[in-house]
Amino acid sequence: MSDLAIEREIDRTKMSVSDEVAIQITGMNKWYGQFHVLRDINLTVNRGERIVIAGPSGSGKSTMIRCLNALEEHQEGQIIVDGTELTSDLKNIDKIRSEVGMCFQHFNLFPHLTILENCTLAPIWVRKMPKKEAEDLAMHFLEKVKIPDQANKYPGMLSGGQQQRVAIARSLCMKPRIMLFDEPTSALDPEMIKEVLDTMIELAEEGMTMLCVTHEMGFARQVANRVIFMADGQIVEQNEPEEFFNNPQSDRTKQFLSQILGH
Amino acid sequence: MSTLTDPPKDSFRLSMLINDTRYRSLTFQALAFLALALSFMYLGNNLIANLRAAGLNINFGFLTDTAGYDISQKLVEYSNQDSHSRAAFVGLLNTILVAVLACVTATVFGVIAGVLRLSNNWLVSKLMAFYVEIFRNIPVLIWIIIIFTIMTAVMPAPRAFRGDNATATMVFDAFAFTNRGIYTPLPWFANGIFESQALNWLLVLVVACGSWFAARRVNVWATAKQEATGERPNTLPMLLGIWLAPFLILMLIMGLTWEYPALKGFNFQGGIKIGGPLIALWFALSIYTGAFIAENVRAGIQAVSKGQTEAAAALGLRPSKVMNLVVLPQALRIIIPPLISQYLNITKNSSLAIAVGYADITATLGGITLNQTGRAIECVLLLMAFYLTASLLISLVMNVYNASVKLKER
Amino acid sequence: MTDQTTNSIAFVADGNIPQSPPPARETGVVKWMRENLFSSWANSLLTIVAGLVIYMVLSGALPWMWNGVWTTSSLSECREVLAGEVGGCFSVLSERWNQLLFGFQYPQDQYWRPTLAFVLLFIAGAPVLFFDLPRKMLAFTAVYPFLAFYLIWGGTIMAPIVAFLGMGAAAFVFQTYGKGSFALGFFGAIVAAFAVWIIGGALIPEGASETAMLQAVPSRDLGGFMLNLMLGVTCVSLSVPLGIALALGRQSDMPLIKWICIIFIEFVRGVPLITLLFVASVMLSYFFPPDSTVDLFLRVVIMITMFSAAYIAEVIRGGLAALPKGQYEAADSLGLDYPQAMRLIILPQALKISIPGIVNVAVGLFKDTTLVSVISMFDLVGMIRGPILASTEWAGVYWELLGAAAILFFIVCYGISQYSQWLERRLATDHR
Ligand SMILES: Nc1ncnc2c1ncn2[C@@H]1O[C@H](COP(=O)(O)OP(=O)(O)OP(=O)(O)O)[C@@H](O)[C@H]1O
Ligand SMILES: [Mg+2]
Repeated sequence: MSDLAIEREIDRTKMSVSDEVAIQITGMNKWYGQFHVLRDINLTVNRGERIVIAGPSGSGKSTMIRCLNALEEHQEGQIIVDGTELTSDLKNIDKIRSEVGMCFQHFNLFPHLTILENCTLAPIWVRKMPKKEAEDLAMHFLEKVKIPDQANKYPGMLSGGQQQRVAIARSLCMKPRIMLFDEPTSALDPEMIKEVLDTMIELAEEGMTMLCVTHEMGFARQVANRVIFMADGQIVEQNEPEEFFNNPQSDRTKQFLSQILGH
Repeated sequence: MSTLTDPPKDSFRLSMLINDTRYRSLTFQALAFLALALSFMYLGNNLIANLRAAGLNINFGFLTDTAGYDISQKLVEYSNQDSHSRAAFVGLLNTILVAVLACVTATVFGVIAGVLRLSNNWLVSKLMAFYVEIFRNIPVLIWIIIIFTIMTAVMPAPRAFRGDNATATMVFDAFAFTNRGIYTPLPWFANGIFESQALNWLLVLVVACGSWFAARRVNVWATAKQEATGERPNTLPMLLGIWLAPFLILMLIMGLTWEYPALKGFNFQGGIKIGGPLIALWFALSIYTGAFIAENVRAGIQAVSKGQTEAAAALGLRPSKVMNLVVLPQALRIIIPPLISQYLNITKNSSLAIAVGYADITATLGGITLNQTGRAIECVLLLMAFYLTASLLISLVMNVYNASVKLKER
Repeated sequence: MTDQTTNSIAFVADGNIPQSPPPARETGVVKWMRENLFSSWANSLLTIVAGLVIYMVLSGALPWMWNGVWTTSSLSECREVLAGEVGGCFSVLSERWNQLLFGFQYPQDQYWRPTLAFVLLFIAGAPVLFFDLPRKMLAFTAVYPFLAFYLIWGGTIMAPIVAFLGMGAAAFVFQTYGKGSFALGFFGAIVAAFAVWIIGGALIPEGASETAMLQAVPSRDLGGFMLNLMLGVTCVSLSVPLGIALALGRQSDMPLIKWICIIFIEFVRGVPLITLLFVASVMLSYFFPPDSTVDLFLRVVIMITMFSAAYIAEVIRGGLAALPKGQYEAADSLGLDYPQAMRLIILPQALKISIPGIVNVAVGLFKDTTLVSVISMFDLVGMIRGPILASTEWAGVYWELLGAAAILFFIVCYGISQYSQWLERRLATDHR
């Protein structure tokens, strides 16, 4: 799983990082009951950054990015997404959720709706878009993920890779400024991993701010501009991919990398 | 042994019947048919011999004889001078009445209990779990008897309402809970458009249907508008108007009046009387089946994975929209088929009416008529035919629903 | 790298941040109450309503139970003892307990027999319900029906012995010949059983019942909760094999057999049990040979067995349908014939999946055994509504009796459904 079999050149010209802050996390802590899952997380993400989050299972990666769109609530610290602070205020949560897209490991497409309906649901009901406009938008993004011909099928009739690409298109239809990915490829076969990663790279090439939990180290090397390593609920190390892989500092990072790249 | 298991070569044709796949199934079916025919012949012979010995025959002529018994709870005119078939018809309507009433209330109970059981309020969800377990695990017959006992042994007699030192009072001066049943006000039309009250009520029904169609038109219009502009107009005032205005106007024109039950002599007169047996059966079937429906509802909602809710929330949908657009459409597909078979169970369990003397079809045709005429075979056959028809109709509805859902999925 | 990143990105944690307890408002009873009872105003309202309901029920029921009288011999005495206070007359239970359990006609000095049969039921049922127990215990399960029959009905011991020998002969024949050809073994077994029964029946001397060690008790003397349990256990155990046969028949590709099974199943499922009980009580005797007398208990058992077999068949059909098609194909490709494939590959798996469903049918059926009170058999409900409430001593003691009946049924049904849930969990992990 170490190398990415992308044939084409990756266009990095647009992947520039601006000075504008997209996400700011300061001193965030979270508990599940008595269990301290996230410990003093501090992280600033600038607009245009592509961040890969890695770490052993159970280290709190999912929990952290789920906190960013309030799927989980944090108990201490501050999270500011796109200038809006995440509080229990429903207005803020709505605002953030409509600006942050998310893709899940198991796609979570709505099985009772067609692909097109999956994509137009949120634009119609949240963005209050006329149906025709929403459908055009959806077709635009479905074309972008290269499955416009499946628009009228149901999710159950698509392959895993296709489903995940629909899930990405569905998020994109809300025109998010930030995308969160929680292990988008780990439920897929190698063949399909490639098509999904391809889509994600295209997104990166367009300058999307991305936070991505993944074990695809090839993707991390070539697309990310920063790799974050988490263990036991804290950020143990972060660095540019080159440095991170070639010259890990902490022992836990070294151990993790030797395991994941070793075979 | 081997001679037994390997048929000798010379009986070649015979062995083909057993060992050749072409004939084998025919052989078995012929054997099965033979066995079936023989046993039917045997049973039929016994039946004929027994009937002859008892001097009986099979004849449905008794249905036109005078029934001679009274039925207190009835939806259509009936007196003890009417025929047995009329009595059976009264019973049939009573079965339908209690089944429909119980289906409606059981659904209400079940949905409320099922949803509350998933509530994050610990006390309420535990209470609902308790309700479900208690009612599911005790026979419905016992529940019917318990509620019937409440109706007959706990409620005050009508005479308790009488005199200056009455021990019981009417609720709001309109409802009387007595050991003979519950009396409620009866709505009727003082200057109805038609002579007969029934036709007037039919008119009300027609108007309600009209409102329903109009309401649907409004919804279609709202959806079209939303599709065109993105904003869904607020249809609530319009829907309220559509439902209420024609109804109220009709009531006003026809002069809706309430006839209140009042104590006259030893009993209440006027109003609607809902007999104790009907209440017992209706209520017991509702809470008993409600417990099962609650489980179906809970299972249906829980079957929609957490990922679905999360994905919808991550797209920015509000909780009420998540429920309406994502969870319910999926949950309903899981809930409705078992719900329909619960309706089937209610219909079948309504036959327990006989235990509390509610005159449903089992109690009339299978009870009094059977005992009076001694026509056991005829009565039981008719009874079964009725329930079979009802079951088949309900399963038909279920199959149509399942097919329509399946079409959408694939 | 083309990125315009600075070195400031690089970061290494100084060390481990230790586990720390959550903030104070996140712990303790207060937090629990806030989250689980008062998280919103609607929730608080629900809590208060629920609390009120519980208070009302308990404030009515607790004093009634607490002040209950257990030792008087009639309702009027009990009312005297209570002297106007709220309280239950539970003495009806202590006085009529035996009647509630055994009916009012079972000989009193013989109560130990059904009791013993009931206790042994657990030993016989255990190896069927819990797979971990030694398989040898199944031997006792095989003997149990005959033993229980002897204990409950009494009479000559020869009858159950002959019945048992007949079944034994059938099993032996099936074991011997069934391996070669299923049909041969099956029909051979039936012939063997009947042969033993006919010969054995002829050998039992006339009037053996009168001189028997255990006094013979006729079926019509059975009653009370014992009758419910007997009907439930007998009918469920008889209907499982019948249900399997029906389910297989319904799946068969022989149209005649398939349609017989479909018609039977749908017919039985389409009518209420009460109509089938009417058949048992007033109609079935017309179909037996003119001079035979088949007692009501047996007729009821026949009808209830048919009833539950149809439902069990549907459960098993679900289990068969849940098996992956590959299992059928694998069995075929191994060269197994139909009976072998079913017996060795398909049924063991399908039945395992179906057990929770079968248990649910069993619970439903057990509750439905109360319906026999409608055709004037004196089961628990029949006893309460008939002899006890009609007696001069206890006319009017409703709640104590109905409550006791409800509790008895609740204990059994809740117990069985807990077992079914346990089993479902276990099967779910077994299959991983
Ligand atoms: N709802 C919950 N309640 C209690 N504990 C939880 C809950 N969800 C997660 N946890 C615990 O929190 C820790 C972090 O979980 P998380 O899902 O964030 O891990 P992860 O890094 O995403 O792991 P993976 O790579 O396996 O997805 C785990 O130890 C998990 O057991
Ligand atoms: Mg995770």
